Amino acid sequence: MTRGGGVILAAAALALPFWLQSPYHLHVAIMAGIFGVLAMSLNLLLGYTGQLSLGHAAFFGIGAYTSALLTLKLDWSFWPALGLAVALAALAGFFIGRLALKLRGAYFVLVTISFAGVISLVSVNWIELTNGPLGLPGVPAPALGPWSLRSKTAYYYLVLTAVGLSYLVCRRLVRSRIGRALVALRENEPLAESVGVDVTHYLVLAAVVSAAMAGLGGSLYAHYTRFVSPEVFLFTYTVTMVIMVVAGGKGTLAGPLVGAVLFTVLPEALRAAASWQWQMLVYGVLLVLLVFFLPHGIVPWLAGAMPRLAGTVSASPAPPPPDAPPARG
Amino acid sequence: MAELLQHLLNGLVLGGTYALLGIGLTLIFGLMNVVNFAHGEFYTLGAYVSFAGLALAGLNFFAALSIAIAAGAALGCLCEVALLRPLRSESIDTTMLVMIGVWIAMQNAELLGWGGVAKSIPHPFPTAPLVLGPVAIAPLRLFVLVLAAALIAGSWLLIQKTKLGRAMRATFQDRDTAALMGVGIGRIHAATFAFGSGLAAAAGALLGPIFLVYPSMGDLASLKAFSVVILGGLGNLPGATLGGLLLGIAEELGAGYISSGYRDAVGFVIIILVLLVRPSGLFARQERIA
Repeated sequence: MTRGGGVILAAAALALPFWLQSPYHLHVAIMAGIFGVLAMSLNLLLGYTGQLSLGHAAFFGIGAYTSALLTLKLDWSFWPALGLAVALAALAGFFIGRLALKLRGAYFVLVTISFAGVISLVSVNWIELTNGPLGLPGVPAPALGPWSLRSKTAYYYLVLTAVGLSYLVCRRLVRSRIGRALVALRENEPLAESVGVDVTHYLVLAAVVSAAMAGLGGSLYAHYTRFVSPEVFLFTYTVTMVIMVVAGGKGTLAGPLVGAVLFTVLPEALRAAASWQWQMLVYGVLLVLLVFFLPHGIVPWLAGAMPRLAGTVSASPAPPPPDAPPARG
Repeated sequence: MAELLQHLLNGLVLGGTYALLGIGLTLIFGLMNVVNFAHGEFYTLGAYVSFAGLALAGLNFFAALSIAIAAGAALGCLCEVALLRPLRSESIDTTMLVMIGVWIAMQNAELLGWGGVAKSIPHPFPTAPLVLGPVAIAPLRLFVLVLAAALIAGSWLLIQKTKLGRAMRATFQDRDTAALMGVGIGRIHAATFAFGSGLAAAAGALLGPIFLVYPSMGDLASLKAFSVVILGGLGNLPGATLGGLLLGIAEELGAGYISSGYRDAVGFVIIILVLLVRPSGLFARQERIA
């Protein structure tokens, strides 16, 4: 995305509450923001290291439960609870990264699924702490000094700040040595290793940052819906994140955000026409179709199509497809 | 002691069907290099077909089981030909995403078709347990154990003794050389996927009457199948059989002596521990992590 386009988009996002009058539309915008953070988080692993985490809902849930429990049971205020939620999710990411990133591909997927499964079972069975399947109602709304962020507009700006920060963290990371190391690992691990890239170090780093962002999303979600239950570990959340990243364009900065907006707004728009089960069915079919027909996602496709449509060649050539199929091996 | 024996027997019944699931998955995974996350959906399909046959059409148990296996194999074959064959030269991650899509689509199609309410499959067996010395077993469970054992033995014979089985083993060892020797790889892949899916459907049809049938039952079945494959080693048929029995018994013991709420955690913990400590599986000889 060009700098000008980015500024325009940011300004539009800032002005959104002024022309979205209905609280329902604002609610959709808030959910799109929270999922934007989650999708960016998954993209760090799936898009840049090439490792698919199908246990990402675990980090999301850890963030949500930590934040909810601290504010409910220990009367912490929102901000330190948010901080600890992010830190605990990052810690979980560190352990999973340390343990699992010796494994690649399907084996990494399985370890992350299993981890999410165990955590989810703990949330159901450790009733003294988590209240089991009944969940924890009454999570307090956050406040900023004397101002409560209870209103949808205020919460929208809180989420937007989180999206902005997450985006900047991703951009900083991806455009640094670290990002180049990650892409080198994704494309050809033995080669990257042979020129001195410390594989485990960078993969664990990506896992930690990714988990921390998912924890941030979880905390924001808990204080927005004001209710946390084992449903936060539902596989549906992970699937939604995967669809957003794959559809938007994995391994691109803007892709997860485009995917998040698209797949929050579309289901809401289609809600009248189709039930939730239909939506999930369509998600499944869509994932298959995307792999066949748009394997790089919307953003790289647009980036390729834009100059052609405008009939000009842009000053900065379109980046090569970020996830050219790696060599079989 | 009697309690331990009882747990072992129950574990064996469960483990027999886990072995069926695991054998199907380990063949697909090992031979086609496809991470089949939809495997559990074929299990669900088998259970629903058996429900339709027994409860709605009033067929006998064997007819319903046969139809379930045939339906699983047919859909598996279709899946291979329509979705996996065009992607054969793609990376393992690409086909994994496709199979995740199939998983979500199939599960929600079942949810739409059958509704979310769990169904129980009627069966013709008496409910009074057979008492064998210190242990007791419901006739249905005994029947399921025997059928699972027969299916496992049948799979083993197919792999070891038939021409198709030899071609499958050759493809597993070295796909390119097998192709050069005149093995039709496309045909073998379709047969493998159909065979694995049929076994998963059989497992669903067998366990369906013991437990309840509901659309998301395949999720846990997939994970258990993966635990079995990981325990047994990739493409390892005896390993998958032993792994299945081991997982069934471990779950029964975990549920009996630790906490029944964490029964399903046993499979997860096995996946994590085995992958971390001995990633080639407990019974494997070859290295399998790229």
